[in-house]
This record gives sequence, C-alpha cells and structure tokens, in this order.
Amino acid sequence: MTPKNRLDGGQIDPAITHEFRFDGKSYTGHAGDTLASALLANGVRLMGRSFKYHRPRGVLTAGSEEPNALVELRSGARQEPNTRATTAELFDGLVAKSQNRIGSLRFDLMAVNDRFSNFLTAGFYYKTFMWPAAFWEKIYEPIIRKAAGLGSLSLLDDPDVYDKGFLHCDLLIVGAGPAGLSAALTAGRSGADVIIADEDFRMGGRLNSETFSLGDQSGADWAAATVAELAALPNVRVMNRTTIIGAFDHGIYGAVERVSDHLPTPLDGKPRQVLWRIYTKQTILAAGAIERPIAFENNDRPGIMLASALRTYANRYAVAADRRVAIFTNNDDGHRTAADLHAKGIKIAAVVDVRADAPRSHDFEVLHGQVIDTKGRHGLTFAEVRLESGDMRTLECGALGMAGGWNPNVHLTCHQRGRPAWNDALAAFVPGGVLPVGMTVAGAANGDMSTAGALRGGAEAAKRALGLKGKLPTLPEAEDAPVNITPFWYVEGCSRAWLDQQNDVTVKDVKLSHQEGYRSVEHLKRYTTLGMATDQGKTSNMGGLAIMAELAGKSIPEVGTTIFRPPYTPTSIGVLGGRARGQAFHPKRLTPSHTWATEQGAIFVEVGNWLRAQWFPRAGETTWRESVDREVLATRKSVGVCDVTTLGKVDVQGTDAAEFLNKIYCNGFAKLAVGRTRYGLMLREDGIAMDDGTAARLADDHFVVTTTTANALSVYRHMEFVRQCLYPDMDVQLISTTEAWAQYAVAGPNSRKVLEKLVDGDISNEAFPFMACANITVCGGLRARLFRISFSGELAYEIAVPTAYGDALIRKIMEAGAEYDITAYGTEALGVMRIEKGHAAGNELNGTTTAANLGMGRMVSKAKDSIGSVLSEREGLNRADDLRQVGIKPVDPADPVPAGAHLMKADGPVDAAHDQGYVTSACYSPNLGHSIALGFLKDGANRLGERMRLVSPLTGVNVDVEIVSAHFIDPEGERLRA
Amino acid sequence: MIIDHPLLGPRDSAEFTYKGDARLIDRPDPEKGATAHDFYDYGYLRDNPAGWHEELWFHEAGDRSWLVVTRNTLTHEISKVELARDVARSRGRSK
Amino acid sequence: MRFSGLRVIKEALTGHKGWTPAWRDPEPQAHYDIIIIGGGGHGLATAYYLAKEFKQKRIAVLEKGWIGGGNVGRNTTIIRSNYLLDGNEPFYEMSLKLWEGLEQDFNFNAMVSQRGILNLIHSDAQRDAFIRRGNAMRLNGVDAEMLTTAQIKERYPYLNTEDARFPIKGGLAQHRGGTVRHDAVAWGYARGADSRGVDIIQNCEVTGFKIENGKCLGVETSRGFIGATKVGCAVAGSSSRLMAHANMRLPIESHVLQAFVSEGLKPVMPGVVTFGAGHFYCSQSDKGGLVFGGDIDGYNTYAQRGNLPVVEDVCEGGMAIFPAFGRARLLRMWGGIMDMSMDGSPIIDKTHIDGLYFNGGWCYGGFKATPASGMCFAHLLARDAPHPNATAYRFDRFEKGLMIDEKGMGNQPNLH
Repeated sequence: MTPKNRLDGGQIDPAITHEFRFDGKSYTGHAGDTLASALLANGVRLMGRSFKYHRPRGVLTAGSEEPNALVELRSGARQEPNTRATTAELFDGLVAKSQNRIGSLRFDLMAVNDRFSNFLTAGFYYKTFMWPAAFWEKIYEPIIRKAAGLGSLSLLDDPDVYDKGFLHCDLLIVGAGPAGLSAALTAGRSGADVIIADEDFRMGGRLNSETFSLGDQSGADWAAATVAELAALPNVRVMNRTTIIGAFDHGIYGAVERVSDHLPTPLDGKPRQVLWRIYTKQTILAAGAIERPIAFENNDRPGIMLASALRTYANRYAVAADRRVAIFTNNDDGHRTAADLHAKGIKIAAVVDVRADAPRSHDFEVLHGQVIDTKGRHGLTFAEVRLESGDMRTLECGALGMAGGWNPNVHLTCHQRGRPAWNDALAAFVPGGVLPVGMTVAGAANGDMSTAGALRGGAEAAKRALGLKGKLPTLPEAEDAPVNITPFWYVEGCSRAWLDQQNDVTVKDVKLSHQEGYRSVEHLKRYTTLGMATDQGKTSNMGGLAIMAELAGKSIPEVGTTIFRPPYTPTSIGVLGGRARGQAFHPKRLTPSHTWATEQGAIFVEVGNWLRAQWFPRAGETTWRESVDREVLATRKSVGVCDVTTLGKVDVQGTDAAEFLNKIYCNGFAKLAVGRTRYGLMLREDGIAMDDGTAARLADDHFVVTTTTANALSVYRHMEFVRQCLYPDMDVQLISTTEAWAQYAVAGPNSRKVLEKLVDGDISNEAFPFMACANITVCGGLRARLFRISFSGELAYEIAVPTAYGDALIRKIMEAGAEYDITAYGTEALGVMRIEKGHAAGNELNGTTTAANLGMGRMVSKAKDSIGSVLSEREGLNRADDLRQVGIKPVDPADPVPAGAHLMKADGPVDAAHDQGYVTSACYSPNLGHSIALGFLKDGANRLGERMRLVSPLTGVNVDVEIVSAHFIDPEGERLRA
Repeated sequence: MIIDHPLLGPRDSAEFTYKGDARLIDRPDPEKGATAHDFYDYGYLRDNPAGWHEELWFHEAGDRSWLVVTRNTLTHEISKVELARDVARSRGRSK
Repeated sequence: MRFSGLRVIKEALTGHKGWTPAWRDPEPQAHYDIIIIGGGGHGLATAYYLAKEFKQKRIAVLEKGWIGGGNVGRNTTIIRSNYLLDGNEPFYEMSLKLWEGLEQDFNFNAMVSQRGILNLIHSDAQRDAFIRRGNAMRLNGVDAEMLTTAQIKERYPYLNTEDARFPIKGGLAQHRGGTVRHDAVAWGYARGADSRGVDIIQNCEVTGFKIENGKCLGVETSRGFIGATKVGCAVAGSSSRLMAHANMRLPIESHVLQAFVSEGLKPVMPGVVTFGAGHFYCSQSDKGGLVFGGDIDGYNTYAQRGNLPVVEDVCEGGMAIFPAFGRARLLRMWGGIMDMSMDGSPIIDKTHIDGLYFNGGWCYGGFKATPASGMCFAHLLARDAPHPNATAYRFDRFEKGLMIDEKGMGNQPNLH
C-alpha cells in the first residue's frame, strides 16, 4: 500500500522498499528516502520534543541543519542519540526512537513544562534555586539534569571501527551543488588534482530539489551526468557522504566520510566512518545557502517548516508534507515552492506574502498579510492570517512553509579570521574578512542565488584558483532569477514565536535578554541559549540578531554575528578518536627479551609506551612480593639478569664530544679516560635536575650516554638543542641508539663468572675494573659493548649487543648462568635494589629537585660553564633548610613506610605548616627484613638518626620512623668493586 | 600547520616538537661576564608578541633538525623557516 | 534588585516587566581611584571584592569587548583545590571556599555544583605522586580520598578497565570539586559590582599607560584618557600585549587551549574525570553536553582556535577510557588564550611602576581561581600588601629561584 503522502517521481527508487520502525511502529519507505521523508510519506509529522518546554516537534528542514527531528537511531551498542532524521538514510530494518520525553511521544509528561513557560523564561535559573544553599546539588540540580539533555547513549562500548587517512589535492571543492559541480568540471578537465566532497549521499545539492532545467536536462539529471563524468576522471576524487568539518591552518581540512551509516551494520572489515585530513592548495567553498524561518506566534508546530524543505520533500523524495499547504514568505522564492507543490497536486491553501508587490498566480491565492498564529496540538491544523486590510483569514492546512530568505552558508569562512559582511540586497551575511588561506567562495554560499549564477561562479572560481587560462567550459542554460526580498524577521507583537526551536528560545526571550542588559550578541546567545542547539544557530541566529538589532536601535551588522566554530555539523567522537582505543590507544614498545620473558610467564608493566617485565612468578608463588623478594635475594646472593634496553642511549661522536658532555652535564667529563664510564647529572637551564645516567668513553671522540627510560626522548631533544642551537660549530654528532642495542644488566657476585663464559676476552677485575667500558665481542665474534656499572650495588655489568641478537643473548646468559642459578628479575626487583642502594630515580628526579636536594650539590662543577649551573646558584635553591635526600626506616620493623607519606616531627603538630618532607620511593627490603624508603627531608643531611612521624592521612598511615643514610646496603661500595 | 622544512620540504607540524622563542639561542656566556640576572632574563622573560614570532621547532619525528620558524601568532602564517644551526651561527654562536 | 524564587514568580505573573539591566552602561569618568583592566572573571571579581569587602569607591572595570568574553566564557567550568605545593594549596582552597558561598554572596545562581573531581591513576609512580598530593591536601585541611578501581566503576560502570592500554589503578578524588556555570560567574560578579557603584565600561580598549616619574597616572583608551590612582591589570592571555605598553616583559607565553562540547545527552557523567595517561578530562553540563578538553596546542598564539592534531589527541584519550562515547557527537570546539607562566603558577603582585598592579599567569587554571584571585588582587590593590594566601605569587620568584612548579616542568610554559 502506498503511504498516504507519497507522490510520484522524485529520486527515490520505488522498486526497492525498506521496512523500518519508529517508536515501535512499522512503516515502509524506499531506497533514496531519509528517515524524515519516509515518516512524512507515512503521515507522521510528530517526531520529537523540544528541549525545555517539550513542545511537539516535526521536521523544520530537509538537511543537516535540522534542529527538531532528532532521534535515537539503531539500538543496542549502536544506539546513536540526536541523529537527524533528515540526513539518516533509510535502510531495511532501520529502528529509531523519539527522545527527550517521559511516556509516549504524543503524551509526553514533561510537556507540562510548557504550561509553566512563563516561569521558565530565559535565564530564570540564574535568579532562583539558591536557597537553601545545600539544596542545589541534592534537589534542584538532579531534577534539572534529568530534565535536560536530548538523546541517550547506550553506555555500551561503541562496537564499530573508525579509520583515519590523509588526502592531498590541488583543489578541494566543498559542496556538489551547481557551483561545486561546475567548479569541479572546470578544474577536473584541466587535469588538476581535485577532491569534491558533499555531505549528502546524493550529489547535486539543490539541483536535486528543484524542478527547473539545465539546458535540456532536469537539474538532477545534469548533476548525475556531471558526477559521472567527474568520477571517470582519474584526477578527480568524488566523495559523497563526506562532510568538511573544519578549515584548519595552512589549507588543512578535516573531513568525515560516513562509509557505513547508510547500512544496517558496517560491511565486514569496513569502518563506520573515516576522518580524512585533506591537505589542499586551494579550496572552493560551494556550500550553498540555508533558508531561514520567520518568527510568528506558535510557529513551531509539526508541519511548519522551511518552504524549501517542502520543495525538497516533494521534488526529491516524492513526499507531500501534507496534502494542504500554506506558505508564508517575504520573497519570491516562497512562490516557487507554492508553484512546485501545486504542480505536484498539492493543494495550496494560500501564499501569505508580507509584500504589497508580491507576484500573483493563476494557480493559487496570494494574500498580502502575515501569519499571526497557528493551531494544532500535535501538528498544524490551522494558520491564522491577518491581512494587510486588517481582516483575518483562517487557513486550513497541515503544513506551512516559511520562506524568510536565504543565508549563504558562510560557516567554513569563519573558522579562522573571516567575519561575515552584511549584504543589503540579500538581507543576509555573505563571506567577509580574511578567509582561510587559499579559500574562495562560489555560488549561493557567496550570495549568488540563481542557478546560472552558481554555475558561472563555480567555474570562474576554479579558473581563478588554479590560474587556468582560456575560456570557461560551456555551461548549460539555467534560471537566472534575481533575489526579490523585503527583510521580515518577525510578526509585530508576537511573543511565543520560536527562534531556536530546539532550545525553545522565543522572541520574548530575546526581548527579556535586551531588557536585562544582555545585549551583545555573545551575551544574548549565552543568556538565552539562542544558537547553542545542535544546529549551532544555522536556523536561529539571524532572527535573534535582527530582533536584538531592532531593540537596540542598531543595524544588524552593527550588532554583529556570533562566530561559527568547527565542526560544521556534529561529529562523532569515535571518528575523531580513530583506531586509537583499547590496546591500540598507544603503540607498544617491546623489549628484545619480550618473547623470552613471555615464555617465562613474566608479568609486564607499562613504562611509558614500553612493556617491561615487572617480575617473573614461579610455580607456588602466590603474591608478587614473594617473586620480587626471591629475585632480589637471588641476585644479591649469586646473579640476576634484567633487560635494561629501555634506558635511553645516545651515541656522541666527534672531536668535541668531551667538551659537549661538559656542557650538558653539571659534572666534568673532559678528563674521563678512554675505557672509563662516569655517572653524569644533567640540569635544566633553570638549575633543576633533569636526568641522570652514565657516559662511557669508548674512544677519544666517542661516548655512549645513557638516560632514564622516561626521559630518553626529552634528553635527546635537549642534547640536539644544545648542539645545534648553542654550539653549532662543535664537532659533535648525536644519534639515538636506544632501539639499536639490546642491553642487559647482569648483577650479583657471580656475574663475572657468567659473563666470562660469553665474553671473548679478559674481564677480570684487573683488566676490567669498576666503571670500565669497552667495545668487545661475545660468543666468538659478535660485536658488543660492555660496561661495568651497577644500579643494584652489586658487582655488575651491562652488556649490549645489536638488537637483533637480543633474544639470543638473553637465552645465552640464562644458559651460561644456569650453574649459578641465575635469576631473571623485573622492574620491581630493580627498584628494590636501587632503593636499598639509595640511587635516585624518576620519583626523586621529579622536576623540582636540585643537585643539592639529591645530595649531589658538590657535583655541580664551578670550574666550567654547563647548562643550568648559573641558575642553580639562586638563593631560593640554596636555603639552609632545603630538602635533602635521606633514607627512612620504620621504628617497628612491621610498619610500612609508604611513598607519598609526609614527614612530621616526632612530637609536633601534624599539618601542612609543620611538614618536614615526604617519601619518594618505598619498598620492602628482603635483605633487611623491613620496609625502607627514600625521601626528601628539610635539612635532611643533618638529621640522620632523628625519630620522626610519617603520616599518610589519605591512606591511613601514621608510623614512627627513623631518618637514616640512603645507602641501606653496602654503604662503602665494596661489592661493586669486587 | 605545515612547516616548510629547508631540507625536507613541507612537513606537518605534528611531526615537530615546539620549544619557544628563538631567543633561547642567545644563551648568555658566563665566561664573557654574563650574570645571574642575564640568565634570569634569558630563562624567564619573553616578548610574547602578538604578531611575528621567531620560534624553535624540533623535527622530532623527522630528521632531528632544530628549526627557527618565523610565524605570525595572530594568523599562524609562516614567512620563513631556517635551520637553527644557521641562525645560531649568524648570531655569532660557535663552540 | 534582589533575585529570588518569589521574584521569579511575581515577574512571571506580571509580564516580566520589572526586570532591570544586570549592569549599567555608564560613560567613563575622568578619574577613578582604581581602574581594573579586563572585564573577565578575575577583573570583575576584583572589582566586586574591592567594593564589597574593601569598601573602595570610584572603581571602574575597562573591557575591550564584552564582559565575560575571555577565558571565563570559554573554559571547561571545573573548580577544584587539589594542589600539592605550599604556595598554591591554601590559595586554591580559599577559592573553593569562596565558590561554596558565592551564589548567596552575590545573589546570582552560578550553579556551583560540587559533584566531585576524580584523577585516574595508571601507574605505581603516579599513585605515589597522587598520594603525596592527596596527603598535602589533607594536611591543609582539604578533602581528598583515594578510590579503588572498583569504587570508581560503581560511579562510572562504562569506564574502560577491561581493555585499557594503561590500566586504571584507582583514582584521587576531591568530592568538593566540581563545575560552575561559567558565564554566570562573570555576570554575577558584574551585577554585584555594578550594584555597589562600580562602573563597568565595555568596548573600551586600553591602548597605553600614562606613566610619569615611575608612577602610573591612568590609561589611554579607545574612549580617551582615563585617570586613576591605581591601575590593576587582569587580562589573562593578553597580559604580554598590555604590559608591553608599560615596557614590561613578562615570564609568560600565550598559548591556545581548545575545549569541546558534545550534543546534549541524558546524564551519564556524575562528576569530573581526568585521564592520567592521556590528555582528556570530561564532565557533563546541566544542559547535557559532555564538556571536555585536553592539552594545549603547544605553540605561541593569540588566535582563539586550535588545530586538528590536538582535537584528535583529546578524542583518542576520551575513547581510551570511555569507549561508549564513540557514538556521541562533538558539537562545538573553541579555543581560549592561556597566559602560560614559566612555572605554571600565577602572579599577583605590584609592578616596579608605582600604582600599576598585575594579575596573570593563570595558565589553564584561571577559572577555578576566579574568586580567590579577585579577593587577593583586591587585597593587594586596597592595602598595598599581598593577601596572606597569595604571598608566593611574586614577580621576583623566578629571579630568586622560588618557583612554584606543580608539574616539575621548569621554565617551559607549554609543558605546564
């Protein structure tokens, strides 16, 4: 059965029928329909509720500017709130629900708000709900919050995939109406790389909605033929369902292609949407224009819509919004709508024109007057007309078209510094100010409102943009009607006349805003919420502006305009996130021993983007502490191995390498002998510790610098800054080799014995003493580097081989160490051992600590200039009671000494004013049998042995502690020299 | 934004890391009598102009060049891109 | 006029004829005791407290555009006092306390909503740092609570804990933190100041200072010279441009911070959540929009707009923790110019010029500071001495090495 309002013709495919459900009821439509057109075809006018008063809402438009007909599309995890029925393509099985209602859409209980509208005027909430103060969060706000909002999220994880990509072109054309298509033809035939994008699924823009011809073709046919020609050109990319969301700097545009939104679910492997970043040299904005409504009493009933939308529904979708239609217009275009509808067999109740000189028609009545009120609870039934003569007429009609003139779609011209300029002839803003680099505007978007003008304007713009010589392509004959308009914004004396239909902003609210002094455009917008709906004011701003201008006794351009911001239409957060979610949020960096560690059942931890083995549980171990304690004890007793590849490595080469290190480290490196390694502390220029590590001198002109894992990138960047910007003539080259070398720490009294089995050559204490370094070979010739450095405090080495051999080396080390029960240890055991040894790490190098705080003040060489040395001398960084790094242990060995706890005097007050310091790093020391910690304490160097109180009110800790040396184990350093 | 790298041609600014005013090249020299106050001025005070600004960008995801980019802070227009090393030399920096 | 529920009812029943302008539109006078440059939140709050708490007279606020058009009108509306350092915590707690009584104080409902703020924790080191911070708050008498992941899931069941690249290991909550209807803050202060005689002069751009013998005598403006005994500057992102007229260079760079709002949605976010392993924080406005943001774009700019990479970065962060938000739509994005200081903390101090005072360097944290900033700046202007809670916010702290660096990023503003 043909739905009651379905007409013949149009660009739908009557051969393909789609069944769909709206609010649980089944309907049918056709391929080529939108949800809105299919609902209208079925006689459904009521599609939603407004935001504040819950007034019944039907479609206002036939495009992406739709503020009213918003639905929850699809169900389950794919539920998509606030979807515009006017752009949702119909597919078989589509399910949609109306939103923002309690009860059914027809009998929304929240519609009671409308009864109280006089109390709920603009900004009423700023004046009340203040007493008693505690009631806001408990009573008022929850009620307001629940009532507010439009659609609902399912709160299930979005199951779809989103992609991102880059495109490059000579010319981007935004919009595929007559101007865009003629621009694309001109540019495409010239051989330039062209992208033409349109948000619609069917390209052609208004050509699909109009009845006039281009040459001997219908507009729609010409558009289809042109699109086909463009699509066949290898240098043209035709992108439908693609919205240009924003114009960013230097010719970069954001575009969202809706790949699968017209399908029940994305096809296998296809994304739902794609975010394209389009890099273009030139851009033609041919985004057309949007018709604007007229404000009159009760102009918001379902059935009242833009006249051009009525035309689109009839001509493109073969749908009559109703069989009896009236038009209210201030310009000739309203009459065009009436003529088109009449031709489709729709009864025109009358055309009401505010102008005395309105055109006349044989086909329908034209009244000189104004629509002053309407009736119809859930949809329009009657329109009240006051004729110029003063007589009243009641028009029976189920739809009313408002033709208030057209606003060029200047949105993208404003994304940078463009500010629209007023055009009196059109009574509208046209592009103005400084447009985004490389942008020109053509067609209706530029105020060229006729089809012929758009075709010509598009072709000329393409020619200009690309610097083409020669004639324009031959363009088809098309209508070239002038714009005849008398500005008319609202009916005198109206009050509940809607400007922003979604947010329920009426003429009365604008008047109140003016009365209360909120008169600048921005104040008006913020006070009344005018233009803050999901259409961002595309259908509402002009009316509000015009009324404010009149109240303020100014012209519209004097009042100004609010600024359009990206995105052009609301854009899913999913597509902006792309693939970067879940485990793919950030890339994972895996260490060379990762495969091996996985085989061992290691537990991994995120360290920046790295995954590092945190500990290696063994059968029977039930807590992480058991594993970690074992790893620490085994290492200190015999030997352990740990992957330390993640530490940053920078190769420094050149005749000035030593002098360069003298600049970047606060301590001296010039005299470091070849074959020796030295600990280095790097300061920022502001004198605060930046990073620490070692520098090994492999040759006179060759050092290997290590950094902490966390700072590998920033230290390298800093070193390049010093090299290129501060000392450009130093003969020194840097390269980050973090990924080039797999590096393992082999630590413990038996570490030498293990390595002796692998290293080709003598590594006895005499040949290779503490802090030695060398290029060596292992396993009979594989090049390697060996450093005798120790983070654990044990006799220890770090051995590095090219990364490709990292996996082999860890297996070799484990094999060689088997007879010594070698133990792999992870970052936890590494941390325990460095705390036991009192080595500073990330928690201590927290960006606010100085060398002095770290107990390394004397390392800052006075004999040379280095980065940070001067500013480290400032008085504020050298106070007598400055923080010093100390060790902390509990008085009762059973007590914890948790990181983040604060130190207080043993018997003083416990508050911020008496804060003495804090714990930076803490662990359980299996060697000592109790918890230990490092921390910073005021004047700490002079307080060893002091009993203090350690408090963590946040976690409920309050224990007695003793301040001790930070070197809990082997304070003399005998083990590492063994 | 697009930065026209003097060696590599136009590159997306997302490949770069920003540091700040190119005046940071002009580090005072304590060996030539620069004082703590000079370092304070160097380290902390900025012209922060609304208009043309010479600034340092590091091609972190590229060739690791530090560049001096002359960019307008009102419009984001870029008028000049130079290797910081050349700029440093031209300002008398050496070793 | 006093606002109340009764008043709203009375006006509704009598055609809303009684409402009067929230502030006057006066012509500038020839001379004021105190001129505040900048009709943003901080400037208006300063004027309000000068008149109300410090009983000052003959005060004007000069605004180059429309009041409330700077960062108070373009932020993500969050208030909190979860700071670590001595120089900051008492100041921000004072601010939060002022927020708690603000609406009754200035008789304007700014919808101060203490719905709580939650900083997610993703690593052990981060937990250590947050415990230290939470303890600093508690030791200052400020509320703070460590929440377990299970407790967080109760409030945010759709939080991605199952497939998180950076696992969520709990969170630091400040339940007294929350959100405020940002525009209403500017309007409430403006209305309160105006009713106490302060002249709020819009469309009046300061183009220079009149400085003679080291003393500031007034300001040149687009509406002529206006004399003043004292001039206070509170212009946030425009600080360097303004103070250049007094030949001052500041420890400040101007950067853009983008912010985002989604279409209106039925309530899903009870409080404010910040992601600790990416750049994303989010709350939901009373109107239903998800209000969210992330990192600054990172380059000097005075353009109130940002670029796509940061938009993507923020939404990636959002999708990482709230994958259910994928089907919500971003409605609008905008940018505000941040006066990023060299240590991430503000300056409220006299300048070296007699009679010229400065308030700025708020980075992206100025909104929550609005009441305390106004109170402390008013104190400084009225009494010529810093407020006890703002003694650390001195110009000379950089030269003396007394930085207040919460994040430990040093003298690089875009890292704070």
